[in-house]
Amino acid sequence: MKLTVRYFARVREALGPIEHCEWPTGAADAPQTVGDLRTWLAHRSDAHAQVLATDQGLRAAIDQAMCEASQPLHEGAEVAFFPPVTGG
Amino acid sequence: MSAPSLRRRIAIQTQDFVLQTELDDLCQGDAAAGAVTSFVGLVRSWGEGSEALELEHYPGMTERSIDQMIDEAARRFDIRGVCVIHRVGRLTPGDQIVLVAVTSSHRRAAFEACEFLMDWLKTQAPFWKKEITAGVGRWVDAREQDDAALARWGDLPGAVANAHALRD
Repeated sequence: MKLTVRYFARVREALGPIEHCEWPTGAADAPQTVGDLRTWLAHRSDAHAQVLATDQGLRAAIDQAMCEASQPLHEGAEVAFFPPVTGG
Repeated sequence: MSAPSLRRRIAIQTQDFVLQTELDDLCQGDAAAGAVTSFVGLVRSWGEGSEALELEHYPGMTERSIDQMIDEAARRFDIRGVCVIHRVGRLTPGDQIVLVAVTSSHRRAAFEACEFLMDWLKTQAPFWKKEITAGVGRWVDAREQDDAALARWGDLPGAVANAHALRD
């Protein structure tokens, strides 16, 4: 599966704005959900592990809509991780 | 269902806006509009050394999120037009940062929709503020009271509590 991951605010400062991810279809450790993907990404580097840790209170979006960790992934998805929003 | 004739303007921009110009555009030629309400948010000083706010957003998702919130407002309130302008980039205390304006036939819908739209914007639209104080940047924390403000409008399709962790 191939998908794009985007980061914003302090997550972007730590990891950069975008990553392209790919893994073999049907792999035993293949992420199935947005929460799985975060755990999978956290293994990429110490910086990933730190900023994507579950205690960081991050939110996520898939295809530019807010989602929960249980949201299933799909081919070509755009997933984003970011802190709670503070606009207005 | 949102009225097909609903006037809708969404702008994410670095430049300032002129309130009266936006209100004039929203009301122009709409003889059935009997009320227009507006909310303008300003960059407030956060104490000594307050220098600037840097605003980041998620291009594409921001516009979609605001579009969705306008659809929801149109389902709930009898409104005729909505204008949402949010500034991004570097702003300083006293600057205008956000405008929400609503037109309707009668005042109550315009008042309520304006408040509803701001409550949505604060907790669902992907903007992030960084405060620069005496040269040092700090990301602003989300406030749980903003989630509570949105929650009083009841069940909202697609809305997610903001100030809580993404759980596995």
